[in-house]
Amino acid sequence: MASVCVKKSLSYVKYLKFRRILKLNCFSSTSFGVRLHSTSQIGSVTEEDGATQRGQYRGHRPTTPLQKTLLTLGSAAMAILHPDRGDMIATLGDVTAETALKQIKQKMESDPIGQQILRDQPVISTSTISIDYLGSLGDNTFGKEYWRFLTKHGFSPDARLPVHYVDDPELVYVMLRYRQCHDLFHTVLGMRPNMLGECVVKWVEAIQLGLPMCAMGALVGPIRLMPKHRQNYLTTYLPWALRNGQNGKFLMNVYFEREWERDLADLRQELGLEPPPEEPYPR
Amino acid sequence: MSPRPGTKLLDVAGGTGDIAFRFLNYVRSQSDFNSLTALQTSTEQGVDINEDENSQVSGRSRDCHVTVCDINQSMLEVGMNRATQSGITSGISWLKGNAECLPIEDNSFDVYTIAFGIRNCTHIDKVVEEAYRVLRPGGRFMCLEFSHVSNPLLRSVYDEYSFQVIPVLGQILAADWDSYQYLVESIRQFQNQEDFKRIIRTCGFRAVTYENLTFGVVAIHSGFKL
Repeated sequence: MASVCVKKSLSYVKYLKFRRILKLNCFSSTSFGVRLHSTSQIGSVTEEDGATQRGQYRGHRPTTPLQKTLLTLGSAAMAILHPDRGDMIATLGDVTAETALKQIKQKMESDPIGQQILRDQPVISTSTISIDYLGSLGDNTFGKEYWRFLTKHGFSPDARLPVHYVDDPELVYVMLRYRQCHDLFHTVLGMRPNMLGECVVKWVEAIQLGLPMCAMGALVGPIRLMPKHRQNYLTTYLPWALRNGQNGKFLMNVYFEREWERDLADLRQELGLEPPPEEPYPR
Repeated sequence: MSPRPGTKLLDVAGGTGDIAFRFLNYVRSQSDFNSLTALQTSTEQGVDINEDENSQVSGRSRDCHVTVCDINQSMLEVGMNRATQSGITSGISWLKGNAECLPIEDNSFDVYTIAFGIRNCTHIDKVVEEAYRVLRPGGRFMCLEFSHVSNPLLRSVYDEYSFQVIPVLGQILAADWDSYQYLVESIRQFQNQEDFKRIIRTCGFRAVTYENLTFGVVAIHSGFKL
């Protein structure tokens, strides 16, 4: 007896409803191999884990305006209640970033180094950079400081979340680059990944990059600061962050991968950044 | 289901034990209730109740047995942990197997249940055929599954909620958009109440009925091997 579920397809009315709700160009089933009527120009692509690609790029989850609103509110609330949910910050970033990403991309395109980054699309991961090599560099170098950042906190450059909710494929790399560079911003600014350090970095990012998620994090994050940090934050760190954000060179146009061996103080000067109020990893 | 003493239940795709535990609690509370009423009536009538009889009644209830079958070992382990935590040590066994090809002999169970599992099976007709095979004559097939809402207004509300809200909630609360997207789509791909009823009949079951819950969001289908 032929399997009923393989042969059956949705009625056309229902299919139209699906398309309207999901606003997809192509529609195929998920992992169980049932093929529905598909009118795609893109065609369906099978991703590595067997699922079918639904959007414009691998990992893309197309969302309607209502879903974007719900995601914004929900992920913002969850991020405040559980700051350890890094995926909520990433989701909030993805969903709110479109306008800012376009502006960042324009700034990158009008700078020679930014153009190189967009062309090369470098990815910072353990397959492109050796942690041991970074550890072997001189004490005052940018690369060694980044190595300290990674090893002291047990981070890996591979642990960056993929982009899901950005709809324009042209902007996906820009978002990914921002996520990868976040740790490098910590290093070049000299901020530890605690709540205070994160707020400071978010301020600089908000001023320079204009990403709504950074602005939200910068404004709301300090609520969760301990009283002793809050005082420090208001008198020292916040003004420092604002100055750096405004005076510093546009950090997305820095080809960090070429600067590992550079003297850190030198690099900060070139980027127009003040050294941090205190060393994050005193030796 | 209203299981009577001595019922043997096969719960398929029930790895985490939801149906199994409710079944066992029900039959045990029935046997407690029966022995309690027997005691009450006998005391009222001044009759000495035979202790053997009493334990026979509850003993037959203890003959009730549920076999939980699931294709996924991790789900079974969740169920086993929950059983230990609830103090359920007897009357239940755990079996890893594929619903389309059960490692069970013919005619061995009184009731077959599958709750929110059949939708995920690749060949639904094979699952129902297997159910027919392992049930004794007189046995009952019961399936709890998401189904179709017939009222157009309610359906549109339900669809909008399903596609717009559920994956978002899945991402925010469980950090898992994809599973919940799959969930809402698989519900629509599954047969509606009448079509599924037809499949159950075709596989040999008789007196096939279904009951809608919440306007058809969920349906319980039932058939007898006669």
